[in-house]
Amino acid sequence: MFGKRILSALTLILLLAMVVSACAMPQPAPAGEQAAPAGEQAQTGGGRLEVFSWWTSGGEAAALQALFDVYSAKYPDVEIINATVAGGGGSAARPVLQTRLAGGNPPDTWQVHPGYELLGQYVEPGYVEAVTSLYQEEGWEAVVPEALRAMMTKDGELYQVTVGVHRGNGFWYNKKLLAENGIEIGETLSIDEFFTIAEQLKAAGVTPLCVGDSGIWASAQLFENTLLGVIGPERYNGLWDGSVRFDEPDVKQAMETYGRMLDYQNDDHAALSWDQAVKKLMEGGCAFNSMGDWAYGEFVNAGKIDNEDFGWVSHPGTDGSFMIVADGFVLANGAPNRENTINWLRVLGSKEAQEAFNPLKGSICARTDCDRAKFGPYHNWSMDSFAKDALVPTVVHGSAAPADFQQALNDAVTVFVVDKNVDAFANALVAAAQSSGFGQ
Amino acid sequence: MTTVSTDSTPAVRIAPVESRRWRLSETVQTLLLLSPSIVALAIFVYVFISFTFWISLSNWRTLKVDLSLREPLFATYGELFAMARWQADLRNTLVFTLLFIAFAVTLGLTLAVMLDRHLAGHHIFRNIFLFPYALSFVVTGVVWRWIFNPETGLNLLLDLLGVNYLLTQMGMGPLKPGWITDPTVVAQVNGILAAVLPGAENWQVRWGVPLALIPVAIAATWQLSGFVMALYLGGMATISEEVREAARIDGASEFQIYHRVIIPMLRPVTISVVVILLHVSLKIFDLVYTMAGVGPGFATDVPAIFVFEQMFKATRYNLGSAAAIIMLVLVALVIVPYLASTLKEES
Repeated sequence: MFGKRILSALTLILLLAMVVSACAMPQPAPAGEQAAPAGEQAQTGGGRLEVFSWWTSGGEAAALQALFDVYSAKYPDVEIINATVAGGGGSAARPVLQTRLAGGNPPDTWQVHPGYELLGQYVEPGYVEAVTSLYQEEGWEAVVPEALRAMMTKDGELYQVTVGVHRGNGFWYNKKLLAENGIEIGETLSIDEFFTIAEQLKAAGVTPLCVGDSGIWASAQLFENTLLGVIGPERYNGLWDGSVRFDEPDVKQAMETYGRMLDYQNDDHAALSWDQAVKKLMEGGCAFNSMGDWAYGEFVNAGKIDNEDFGWVSHPGTDGSFMIVADGFVLANGAPNRENTINWLRVLGSKEAQEAFNPLKGSICARTDCDRAKFGPYHNWSMDSFAKDALVPTVVHGSAAPADFQQALNDAVTVFVVDKNVDAFANALVAAAQSSGFGQ
Repeated sequence: MTTVSTDSTPAVRIAPVESRRWRLSETVQTLLLLSPSIVALAIFVYVFISFTFWISLSNWRTLKVDLSLREPLFATYGELFAMARWQADLRNTLVFTLLFIAFAVTLGLTLAVMLDRHLAGHHIFRNIFLFPYALSFVVTGVVWRWIFNPETGLNLLLDLLGVNYLLTQMGMGPLKPGWITDPTVVAQVNGILAAVLPGAENWQVRWGVPLALIPVAIAATWQLSGFVMALYLGGMATISEEVREAARIDGASEFQIYHRVIIPMLRPVTISVVVILLHVSLKIFDLVYTMAGVGPGFATDVPAIFVFEQMFKATRYNLGSAAAIIMLVLVALVIVPYLASTLKEES
C-alpha cells in the first residue's frame, strides 16, 4: 500500500518534470554543430560567427574551409560555427533554415542564390539586412557585373555578397567516343547540328544524350537550357517578368525541341542521379550531357583531361548567354553577431577569398578582376563568357522564379518526360506562372 | 495516444475504498496524474491538427507567415484535387495499399502456417523472417533501389541465369524490365470510370496499375511480412491443440484444418493486421522516397512525398497542409471504426 503510494507520487513527479522540461527546453538546435547557442551573448569584438550552408561534400567543404581560413587570418579571435546541414542541393538544409527564420532564431549568415530566392524569399519578408554600404566602401560596384548586381538588388539596395558563379548552360561531351564515330565539335554547337550528330550516333548504336533525372531537376535544367537556346536571352528574361507567356509559339517550339532531345536520352535516365549520368558519359555510355559546370569537377576528380578525354561547348543554341547559378551569403536581420557578419561578407567579396574559394569549388569569381592564372582552361573560357555574354537567371536553381513555380516546373517536366504533350506542358506552366504571381 | 492514458489509469484501481475523504483525494490524484498527458496530447496533437487545418485554409504560400483566410474558403482543397499530381498520388495510394496488403498478408500467413508445422529449424527461420522488420525503411529503400535498378540488380541476374540467352535463341528479344523506371500504367479503367462517374472524363490521371509501383510494394512486403507472420503465429498459439484434434477426428485434412478451422478463428488477428498495414501504407514516405522518389510521370509518388515537397521545397504551406489534412482523414477513416469496435468489445 505504502509502496504503491510512493510509486504513484514518483510517477506524478516524473511526469510533471517531463512537462516542465519540455516547456523550458530552449529552441531546438537544428544543425549538429551549433549545439553551442550562438545567440546568447551579445558580441563586442571576438565572439562568434554562425555560417549556415549545405556545403558538405568533398570539394564544397574544402572551398568553405578556404573561406574560413581567409576570415580567421584576419579575425583570429572570432570563433566560426560551421552550421552545415548535409543533403543534396540543400533539400535537408532549407527546411531547417525556414524553421529557424520563422521562429526568430536566424543564423548570422546563410547560403543563398541571387534572384528570386534572395529577393522574394528572404528580402521581402524582412529576414535580411541591406549591405549596399559594403559595396560602396569596398568599391565592388566596379568589379561585379551589373546584371549580377541587379539580381541582388531591390529598391536600390543590395542584399547579398556573391562569392562564386557557376555556368549552368554547359554541354559536355566524350571527345574520344565522338572521334571514334568521326565527329569533331567546334567552338559552338547549334540545335540543328546537335540533332544531325545525334541521329548519326543513334544509327551507330551509341546513346547520344545522357540524362540523370532521378529527382527530376536535371531534366528540368535540360529544358531550361533548351528554352534559352531556342528563344534567346531577351525572350527568356521576359518569361520571368510576365511579358512573355509560356504558351507563345516560340516557347512551345522550345518544348518540342526539348521533347525531341529526350528521344535521344539513355533508357535508364530515371534511375541515375546527375553525377552518375556524367560518369556514364566518361565511361563511353553516351556522347553528350547538358549540365552546369559543377560537372567539370566530376571529370577532374576522375582524372580525365580537358580537351583530350572530354570537351565542352555551350548548350546547343545558348552561345552568347551565361546561365548564372551563383552562391552568396547574406546578413541576417537581427544577426546575433552583426559586426562579425559584416566582416565575413567583407572577406567574401575580396579578391583574396574568391581566388581561394573558386578553384576548389569549381566555379569562377563573382568579380571580373581575379587572377586568371589560378584557373584552368575551362574556367578561363567561362570567365570570358561571364565578362561578355548576356547573364540570365536559372529557374531550376531558384533565381528566376518563386519556389512554388520551381516545384510546378519540376512537376510539369515529370509528366512531360513520359507523355511529351506540349500543349499540356505549356498550359501547366502558364497556370503555374499565374498562380505564382508573375505570369499574365 | 490511447497507450498514454491507459498507462496512467492503474492509479484509479489501486484505491482501496475505505473512507470517503480518501476516495476524493484519489480522484484528485487521478486527475493530477492524467493532466500532464492530457495537456500534452491536447497541445501537441489536437491543437496542432487544428493549426494545420487553419493553415490549409489560409493564404500562407511563401516563407512569410500569412494566416489570413483564403477566399473562397476551401479554394486550396479545390486546387489540390485539380492537380494531376495529387490525383496520381491518390491512385498510387490505392493501388499500393491493395498490392501491399494482399502480398504481405498472403506471405505472412503462409510463413506462419509453415512455421506452425514445427518443421526442423523453425526457430531460426522465425527470427530470419522477422529480421527485416528491425531494419529502417530507409535502409530497405536503398537496397531495393539497387535490386530494381534496370542496369544493376535483377536484370544482371536475368543475364547471368541465361534467361536472356534462351530468349534470344528462341528468337525473342531479351527480357529487360525497367522496374522502378517504367512509366507504364496497365489495366487502365478511365473509360469505365467515365461511364459510371459524372465528371470522371476530366481527370488528368490515368487510373490503373503503375508498373513501377509493384517493386515498391514488393520491398514493403519484404519488410513487413515477417511482422505479419509474428502476429499470426501469436494468434495460432492461442488455438488449443484440442480444436485441431477434433477437426482431425471429424476427418478434416491438414489443408482443411487451416482453411476451415484455424484461419477463420484468426479473424480478429487478420483485422488487426489489415488495420496496421493500412495505416503504414497510407502514411508511407521513407521507403518510397529513398527507393523510387516520385517516379517517372509520378508513377511512384505518394501523398506524404507531396506534402514534404509542397511544404519545404515549394513553400506552399497551405497546399501542403491541405494534403496533410486529407491524409489524416484517410487514416481516420480506417482507424476510427477499428477503435470504435474494439472499445465496444472492451465495454
